[in-house]
Amino acid sequence: MAGVIKEFRLPDLGEGLTESEIVSWHVAVGDTVELNQIIADVETAKAVVELPSPYAGVIAELHEQPGTVVEVGAPLVSFEVAGPAGAPPSTGSAASGGDTGAPAKREPNLVGYGAAVEKGGRPERRARRFASQLSGGLNPAGGSALPGLAERAGSAPMIEAVPAVPAVPARPAFEAVPVAPVLEPAGPLPATPVRTISGERPRSTPPVRKLARDLGIRLEGVPGTGPGGLITRDDVLAAAQVASASDGVGTGGGVAPASVISSPATFIPAGAQDTARETRTPIKGMRKHTAAAMVASAFTAPHVTEFLTIDVTPTMELIGRVKESKAFAGVRITPLTIVAKALCIALQRNPTLNSRWDEAAGDIVQFNYVNLGIAAATPRGLLVPNIKDAQELSLLELAGALTGLTERARAGKTGPADLSGGTISITNIGVFGIDAGTPILNPGEAAILAMGAVRRMPWEYGGQIALRSVMTLSLSFDHRLVDGEQGSRFLADVGAILADPGMVLTMV
Amino acid sequence: MALKNIESVPGGPGEPGSGLIQLITADGVRVPEPAYDALVADIDGAALQGLYEDMVVVRRIDSEATALQRQGELALWPPLLGQEAAQIGSGRALRSDDFVFSSYRENAVAYCRGVDLTDILRVWRGNASSGWDPFAINMATPQVIIGAQTLHATGYAMGVLNDGDDAVAVTYFGDGATSQGDVNEAMVFAASFQAPVIFFCQNNHWAISEPVGLQAHVPIANRAPGFGIPSVRVDGNDVLACLAVTRQALARARSGGGPTFIEAVTYRMGPHTTADDPTRYRDANELEDWAAKDPLKRLEAHLDSRGLFDEAFTAAVKAKADAVAAELRAGCLGMPEPAPSDVFKHVYSTPNSWLDRQQDHYERYLSSFADSASSDGSS
Repeated sequence: MAGVIKEFRLPDLGEGLTESEIVSWHVAVGDTVELNQIIADVETAKAVVELPSPYAGVIAELHEQPGTVVEVGAPLVSFEVAGPAGAPPSTGSAASGGDTGAPAKREPNLVGYGAAVEKGGRPERRARRFASQLSGGLNPAGGSALPGLAERAGSAPMIEAVPAVPAVPARPAFEAVPVAPVLEPAGPLPATPVRTISGERPRSTPPVRKLARDLGIRLEGVPGTGPGGLITRDDVLAAAQVASASDGVGTGGGVAPASVISSPATFIPAGAQDTARETRTPIKGMRKHTAAAMVASAFTAPHVTEFLTIDVTPTMELIGRVKESKAFAGVRITPLTIVAKALCIALQRNPTLNSRWDEAAGDIVQFNYVNLGIAAATPRGLLVPNIKDAQELSLLELAGALTGLTERARAGKTGPADLSGGTISITNIGVFGIDAGTPILNPGEAAILAMGAVRRMPWEYGGQIALRSVMTLSLSFDHRLVDGEQGSRFLADVGAILADPGMVLTMV
Repeated sequence: MALKNIESVPGGPGEPGSGLIQLITADGVRVPEPAYDALVADIDGAALQGLYEDMVVVRRIDSEATALQRQGELALWPPLLGQEAAQIGSGRALRSDDFVFSSYRENAVAYCRGVDLTDILRVWRGNASSGWDPFAINMATPQVIIGAQTLHATGYAMGVLNDGDDAVAVTYFGDGATSQGDVNEAMVFAASFQAPVIFFCQNNHWAISEPVGLQAHVPIANRAPGFGIPSVRVDGNDVLACLAVTRQALARARSGGGPTFIEAVTYRMGPHTTADDPTRYRDANELEDWAAKDPLKRLEAHLDSRGLFDEAFTAAVKAKADAVAAELRAGCLGMPEPAPSDVFKHVYSTPNSWLDRQQDHYERYLSSFADSASSDGSS
């Protein structure tokens, strides 16, 4: 006897969430599952959670693929369960959407947030508040400036979603209240968590929060210098100065591709406020933090960039041999691995590059360890997590550390500890097919090395022209504490190792 | 980093250190503790097995409810995973006429009080504004306002004094709640009136995402003497020790000795609620450390060492847990939708003509939709 098909719809897994991303399925169509057996990993804006099966039965259909963002209430998986007689009483359960094809009568969201999620209209808690401020402040009579928004705000105070209101009227609402809300993130968080780095609201005091609000500074982007990272009045004022400085000069200079590769950086597309021909995104959060860091670095540390193009064919051959060796079975070895190792070796001979200008203390701090930052593309944008004490690692350990760092970054699990304490950085612009650039220093570091793409090019070899693997290295350094001589020697050393890995024997 | 240092000080707010009462070690070894052994002299093998069954069952209630939340049947659930011993040990020490004032995480205590399983879930399913009649099981419905229940308990205990009764009020709260003014006020009043109240603090190490070291630079139990309340620090993952210290505090309260503060040092192994992701703020190593001190595992080891952990016993425990889980699930899924007029219930304890009039109006208003009369009038 054929069983009954039960459809399971995505429930609200947090409090008032409207969508979740399927990370992975633990089951396939045809699998027999038990009640509460884990069938999927699902990521909400709040957490990655495991979904236990609501039925015992056979998987009849998986409605969505991993990586898909699914709205709460949308069909997720269908089960074939034993006949109607044995059906669990959950059939009519409103909360999980039941098994009928008809639209659920009650919203899947249980907690009283009550937002009717209309197609294309994502919940937008802030916008509604602006709308109500606007309607209350500018149109006391409930006037007609924003009829749609005002009416909704007035008539349905519990509804926090702005349904599919045309995007254009939403703009004036934001412009009418120019001061960005500073205390909470706006409603539509992207599927990937962006607050992981800070993890919590920045610490400050109410007067400082007010000052920040008055100045239009988002505290998320302000580094706190007070006890326990407390953001002080001075921090906010400093951030305000940086912000105004960047208004003047920030957009002018042709910033190299590598410039984005610094500090916690991410770009959140704010889809909610699109207009027809242009998109305006408030400068806030991570973007603002990145901008401040870039401006601080570019206009504090006098940058010098040097280039060196080398024949890295021997390095590529070395990689091939290492990969075949038993000790490195299953280990990911790339040009980046070798460049990282070469950098550590070259730093021993040129320690000036591994230092920091401590303006406040009036000192130059030379690090006797290497915390090697690696620019990594992550779901949150580009981050520079670093490998602690990289100078102590063998090539094998370094390869493992690089893989671990990259995987954590890709999974969006880079922790604050990974991001702090870097002493020098590598940015691998070669993966984008780029040859060279003028990278901007990760603030507080004295050097950053950009490695370009490895290209097969005609090159002088043994007195003849041959096709060789060629790479360009770009090194930016802080000219306050690194002279041209030291920077050049360092870059030459790295190049020498890549051109002939055997040269290491002459250096260590 | 500084917090870590505080945490690592022996006897610091997080670390079980000196002065921690323990009767069964993490390895399941019964260790003598002269001051407390007599208090649990009656706990024989069968009684220990009973405590073990309780802990297995409440852990199962907890995991089933968590699953129900993931399946969209509950809006939210606050898991108690890891805190079974603290709740069962103390909960089983109580007399039926004692009165419990708990937070939202004490579902194991509610289980000890004999709560109807479905009642545990009503609020979390959004079907009722409170779960049960407090006087039916002498336990107030869970308090969501952090620490407010300590005031209720102290007030209740002052009432007990006035009645000349020997019942005791027991209030449960977490380490985070000790930073609340309510809790401190409750302790001041409890001490002033020498009220028969037990402050049972489950230090589960995390106030949502804040580590205990942030709020308490000394063991939380050390604060109570400042209020004039004797305190004890107990291994909260040791069900027998929790039972013993609670019995001691109860005896003190019943004999006119006033309040006691118990700090049960335990660990919240799960998230704060199902809407929380502890991996964002908590070191996985810490969880691993505490998993080694799991309250169930140690009693398991202890029973096993005494030959009390045979197959028949484990099968019976599993059957009980399965039955409870099935009952819980059926009760959740079969819970009737609330009626619109339910909002008028439980507002006043006695009939109120004004409210009755409102209810009458409202019902007549609803009946004007008779054509489309369906159960979705509440949405």
